[in-house]
Amino acid sequence: MEQHRSHIYGVMAEFDTPEQLIHAVEKARAAGYHRMDAYTPFPVEGVAHALGLKRNHVPLITLLGGLAGGLGGFYFQYWANVASFPENIGGRPLNSWPAFIPVTFEMTVLGAALCAVFGMLALNRLPQPHHPVFNVKRFVHATSDRFYLCIEARDPKFHLMETLRFLQGLQPHHVSEVTDA
Amino acid sequence: MSAGQPPIDSPEIRRLTPVLGPGHTFGSVTDKISSIVLTRPTSYGWYAGFALSFGFTGLMTIAIGWLFIKGVGIWGINIPIGWGFAIVNFVWWIGIGHAGTLISAILFLLNQKWRTSINRFAEAMTLFAVACAGIFPLIHTGRPWMAFYMFPYPSTMGLWPQFRSPLIWDVFAVSTYGTVSLLFWFVGLIPDLATLRDHATSKAKQIIYGMLALGWRGSVRHWHRYQSAYLLLAGLATPLVLSVHTVVSFDFAIAIVPGWHTTIFPPYFVAGAIYSGFAMVLSIAIPLRKAYGLEDFITMRHLDNMAKVMLATGLIVAYGYFFEFFLSLYSGNKFDLFLVQQRLHGPYSHFYFALILCNILLPQTLWSYKLRHNVAFLFIMSLIVNTGMWLERFVIVVISLTRDFTPSAWGRYQPTFWDWATFTGTIGFFVMLLFLFVRVLPAISIAEMRELVAETSEE
Repeated sequence: MEQHRSHIYGVMAEFDTPEQLIHAVEKARAAGYHRMDAYTPFPVEGVAHALGLKRNHVPLITLLGGLAGGLGGFYFQYWANVASFPENIGGRPLNSWPAFIPVTFEMTVLGAALCAVFGMLALNRLPQPHHPVFNVKRFVHATSDRFYLCIEARDPKFHLMETLRFLQGLQPHHVSEVTDA
Repeated sequence: MSAGQPPIDSPEIRRLTPVLGPGHTFGSVTDKISSIVLTRPTSYGWYAGFALSFGFTGLMTIAIGWLFIKGVGIWGINIPIGWGFAIVNFVWWIGIGHAGTLISAILFLLNQKWRTSINRFAEAMTLFAVACAGIFPLIHTGRPWMAFYMFPYPSTMGLWPQFRSPLIWDVFAVSTYGTVSLLFWFVGLIPDLATLRDHATSKAKQIIYGMLALGWRGSVRHWHRYQSAYLLLAGLATPLVLSVHTVVSFDFAIAIVPGWHTTIFPPYFVAGAIYSGFAMVLSIAIPLRKAYGLEDFITMRHLDNMAKVMLATGLIVAYGYFFEFFLSLYSGNKFDLFLVQQRLHGPYSHFYFALILCNILLPQTLWSYKLRHNVAFLFIMSLIVNTGMWLERFVIVVISLTRDFTPSAWGRYQPTFWDWATFTGTIGFFVMLLFLFVRVLPAISIAEMRELVAETSEE
């Protein structure tokens, strides 16, 4: 049994509707499980809350990216026109800042957008070609019409048989073990 | 609704026209949309359309190849008309792209549910239109192999681009717009690519879609960050799309040429962009829903709403024309007055009248509920508006340049075969990319359609 458990990633229950999933997550939290994740084919309102997810860092990264893009964009134009190659164009001041605003704006948006996308992917640890949940044959429905709850083996309360029994008690469509390899 | 059904155009029915046909489930929308890509055999119509558009793409390649060999002299441009078809087409294409961003970003922020089934292909349209637009300034430079001069790179000459010039703003605006549109489109595609990976029947498809899906598994923790990122991208794309055509209009408005040097240009260019873009979305949506039986997803409600947006932006454009005209008269500036006279009575006046007919007069028919619900009529109207917007760009570029300040600087412009070959070639290229897109990627966002199923079943 001990030998077998080392290959177990967790136990997964399959549900038909988002409401059942939210209910199951709430039940699991109430039963004292913490290390778990839900899998849904579209963003379901309420599951993140039921899992206890609060704020994430994507907005902060985006803000920093926007600031870096904007400040960097403006500073570059200033440096190029005032320090690196000062040139009198039609008698305008070297630091003709209003003319630098369009490029500054575009660089702000570019920096923020790149950071939003790549920050989101990095925080999600994507791309990640393989993950134990893909070992479950029925998991292909997670990108179609089924809703999954996986209680992971690293949860201190996790016990294969008991957790299986607990999930079965939530009237899922199906329950399966998730193996590591 | 069976007994005592109200007449078809009564207000009750109008309110009830759904954004999604009845009886759909999470599974049915998934199967229906993914089957277009995965299991449906490629039809002869697809091959025929692809072959035709591929032929025009070939024409574009030849035209550009010949241009690279001979130089811009093969075009109709001359002095004083240095900006011919290339700039007309550039402005037209980039404007068409704007509706895609408007639908995906602005309607998303405004929580408009009807955007869901049209945003994916509208975003694809944006990307392809920006690709077509990007070709023109590049080949118009005369020495396109030196185009990298426009980017700030540490050159041995120690020079930098002229950041006070709208043409450099344009480089930054269009390249940022292309990049952000691509990111937005790809982020939206990730969950759908995962769906295709899981539904694919052949190993090759599983591997290709699997790599593109980046290992997406629908984890709620991932969705949580994904939604933040998507919302932020929508918020960033909204001011971006407004800035792009504003910067494009600066290419004109910052010059002192009569007919160009006016402060109304930025808002009126943006409205025109959205106008032509919605026309193009309609021109694509109508054949698409017919060919793939997507009437349940792209319903009459969508077509009706898009027609209304077209009508509204068309009126803003009409307002722009009126004030352009009025301010020229009001200014008393003799060059501006002369330009108005030239638009009405000059050698290109028939283009100006065709423009007024296509952009202002004919679209007024869209006030009629019956005509907005006539799919064939809408399709024709969308083509008319696209033609009208192209004429607008032609009128702006050509009439002003042929009638400068002194009669000695006046000229005439006549596009050549190669001008037309390049222009029709980019249309072929655009259509070819669309044909490829509907064949290999889901033309409607599957994940968002499931969300729509969940929302509509709650009501």
